[in-house]
Formats: sequence, structure tokens, C-alpha cells
Amino acid sequence: MAAPPKKATEAVPEKVHVWPYLVRLEFLCAIIVTVFLTVWSIVIDAPLEEAANPTKTPNPSKAPWYFLGLQDILVYFDPWFAGVVAPVLIIVGLMLIPYLDVNPKGNGYYTYTERKAAIWVYCFGFLVLWIALIIMGVFLRGPGWNLFMPWQYWDAHKVVALTNVDLPYALGFRSYNSQTIVGGIIIIGYFVVGTGIYMFMERKAMQSVGFLRMIIKIVLVLIMIGIVIKIVLRLGFNIKYVWVTPWFNI
Amino acid sequence: MGNKPPIPDMKELMESIKSGKIVDEVSKKVTESQVWTSSFRHGYADTPRNRVLQIASNVWLHLHPVKIHRHALRVKFTWCMGGITFLLFLSTVVTGVILMFYYRPVGEYAYFDMKYLQYDVPFGMVVRNMHRWAAHSMVITVWLHMFRVFLTGSYKPPREFNWVIGVFLVTFTLLLSFTGYLLPWDQLAMWAVTVGTNMARATPFLGSEGPFQEYVFGVSPRYDARSVLLGGSLVGPPALLRFYVLHCIFIPLVAGALMIVHFWRIRKDGGISGPL
Repeated sequence: MAAPPKKATEAVPEKVHVWPYLVRLEFLCAIIVTVFLTVWSIVIDAPLEEAANPTKTPNPSKAPWYFLGLQDILVYFDPWFAGVVAPVLIIVGLMLIPYLDVNPKGNGYYTYTERKAAIWVYCFGFLVLWIALIIMGVFLRGPGWNLFMPWQYWDAHKVVALTNVDLPYALGFRSYNSQTIVGGIIIIGYFVVGTGIYMFMERKAMQSVGFLRMIIKIVLVLIMIGIVIKIVLRLGFNIKYVWVTPWFNI
Repeated sequence: MGNKPPIPDMKELMESIKSGKIVDEVSKKVTESQVWTSSFRHGYADTPRNRVLQIASNVWLHLHPVKIHRHALRVKFTWCMGGITFLLFLSTVVTGVILMFYYRPVGEYAYFDMKYLQYDVPFGMVVRNMHRWAAHSMVITVWLHMFRVFLTGSYKPPREFNWVIGVFLVTFTLLLSFTGYLLPWDQLAMWAVTVGTNMARATPFLGSEGPFQEYVFGVSPRYDARSVLLGGSLVGPPALLRFYVLHCIFIPLVAGALMIVHFWRIRKDGGISGPL
């Protein structure tokens, strides 16, 4: 929807009384939601499985559905990233949005043309990295967290060959130390080059936006893109890790 | 002795009943009584003054401003999602308190209390269903609310701080739902929470299997980020009690406090956003 022009209608007053105009809307909305919730609760029962049994692990074991995006990232990343760092980055990154996005346009109305980049980044993060992965985790992940299409039988004995190798190995580096160094160069190089290109292309904005804002912005975006790159590397090229160190693997 | 009220004349009384005058007389008596005037502080006639007082003199409604911009009424703009999220929160509070009368967060009892709720408590299943579906819906509506606020750029000045409060509220909504997920104490609950809390093991520095934990003194499977959450090294009865207290007391209080700030801030920042 385009921005409504200012003072489109002179005749109607700009402000209206909350009572009755807003309160009646809220009341109507509350009735509809309550009726909907009541009918839903009568028709569909909440699940209750057999009693908790710590000796009997179900396969697959799934987190609550709203965390399945993160659980799916576990395929591509170690738990310290998928389970701890990624959620923290999501929360902190979301909180930073108003302080990173200094575009004054698009405040209080729907617009795509005035803030294309912001809309793209948010929609990508929310709809692809969050919602799409949740849908995949709920419906397509079966026993062993293997991928099953909706028409396929969830075979608990499905054998999937683990042929993944680390990226430096695939590039021909065989010793542990050289792999660590090459992996480090790739990861650090990705961020340095990515940041450098962004800073160069947006160098005119440096004055108005500020150095710190631009750095944080591009690093967060590069991490988001990096997650997708890692997914593609794993699914398309059987790459397990890009960077293996004695302390952590990426 | 001369102050005795006059004995009503039967004929007059019948006359006032027949003509309907008695209704006016009684309602006048009631609305002018001390009890009524102290409880209801303004009339109900649709006058501008009463419209203002209806909001300003009511503790529940006065979260609203007295007047709002016309555009704030457009459902196409607001999607109603913030209000629906709050309504669903209130539904979980009401149904949750009812459930607390029947449910004991003890390893030996919890699952059987669920069965009791399901088969023996009058309307127990409906109350439980309502609690669970409202909680799941709340997760969805709060995401949609956030999406709408982003798409309308409503986090932009002067509303940056309220967006930050909102991110806290999204997080607490998920934590409320997650802590409640364990309480049925069935297989679904135990293993979902096991999967979820296993992540804490990998916390850098503070998790027993996380990066750099070897540089922190005393981190072990029994004493790390995960065991603080669970009160032990696995999802057992101490975890059940911990999640119960977090679910029923701690998180609702914190989230409730943040909601008050969130709503109050909307007014202080000039009402909901709109084209200037």
C-alpha cells in the first residue's frame, strides 16, 4: 500500500474518540478470538502421550515447533552456534534494528520502494531462516533427523552415507595445521572482504550513517548470508566444517 | 412523630405501575443513591464529555488515550495482532490459574494429574486445550505483530525503545511456552525439553561441552549453564519444579511488567505510528 497523502480528507476530523470507536473494535475482535479459541478447544484435544520415561528416547526427538528452525540449523552447525550463539544474535540483532536502520522514510506506513534493503533483510530472516526452517523441521524431518518428503514412509532404519569432509580437505590440504590455517583464512577472509566491499560501495553513507553502525550492520548480514552458504555447502557439496580448530568448529 | 413517611395510597401505586412511571422513580432513587454515585462517576448518555470520562475514569480502559488518530482504527494497518496477543495472554492466565488448582509439579503426581484433568475434572480437558492452543496462538500472533511493526517502520524514532521492549516480550513469550511445554510430564514434554536444554551444554565458557569451557574453573556436566536450568544433569523432577515456578510465577510477572511498560510507552511515544 502506498503512503496515504497528507490531509487527504479535510472534512472528517483527524482524531476520533476511543470510546466508542476503538473500544467497540477491540470488543468485537475479542469476541471473535474467544469464540474461535473456544470452538478450537472443544474440537481438538491437546496432545498427551505416555508418561515421561528417561530410558526411552523417541526417534525423532523434536524441540517445541517454534524452535525447530534452530534445531534444523544443528544439521549445519555445532550446538554452540545453533543453540546458543545464533539465538543470542537473533535477539540482540532484533533489538539493534531501530539503531542500525537510520533511514527516516517509511515511518508509520507500508512502503517497499522507500526501504527495499530493510524489508528484504527482515523478510529473508523471518520468512526463510525462521518460518521455512520451522515448516521443514515440523513436516519433513523424520527419524535420525533425516529428510522425508510428505509421501515417504518414516523409516527409522534409513541409511544415509556420511561422506562429508571439511572444506580445507576438499581443497586438498591434508595436515591438521594447514587445514586450520586455511579454514581460518576462509572464514576471516569472508568477513573482511565482505565488510570491505560493503564499506567501499557505501562509502558516501559513512558520514551520515557512521562507522560503527555500518560495521555491525554488515557483520550481522554476513552472518545471515553465511548460514545460507553453509547450508548450500553441506547439501550441495557434502562439506562438514569450513574451519576446524582445537576449541570450536564452524 | 410527624416525620413518618406517608403510607402510599394503593390507587396511586397501581396507577404508577400501570403508567410505567414507577420505573423512572425507582431508577432515579437508585442512580441518586450514595452507593451508585460512588461507584459510577459519570452518566451513560452519549455526550462528548461522557466519551472522555468513559476512558479517563476507568482503570482498565485508561491505558488508551481519550482520542486517537483515525488511521489507528484501520485493521488493514494494525492487523489487530498486538491486541490479540494480549487477549491470548489473558486467556492463558485465566485458564492457567484454573489448571493450577488440579496440577502438582511433582514427578510422581504430575502425569496422573494430567490424566485426572483429562478424564475426571469437569471441563478439565477444555480448560487444558484452551490453555495450550492460546499459548501456541500467542506465539504466532506475537510474531505477526512484530512483522507488522517492522513492515510499517514503527520502530523508527521515537519508538526505538518500545521495539526493544517488544523483543524482550517476544523472547519471554517463547520462554513461557517452552517452560509450559514440560509440565504435562509425558514423553513429548520430556524429550522436547531435553532437546531444547541440551543446547545449554554447548554454551561457550559456561557449558560443559561448549567452546573454551576448559578455561573456566569448575565447569562440569553437573555444574554448568544447563544444570542451573534443570537443577540437575538431566530432565528430572527438579527440572519439573524449576520450570513450573518459572512458568507460573517468574516469567509471567516479568512479562506482565514489561507489557505495562510496552503499552504505556505507546501512549508516551504519541500513540501507534502512522503517516505524519
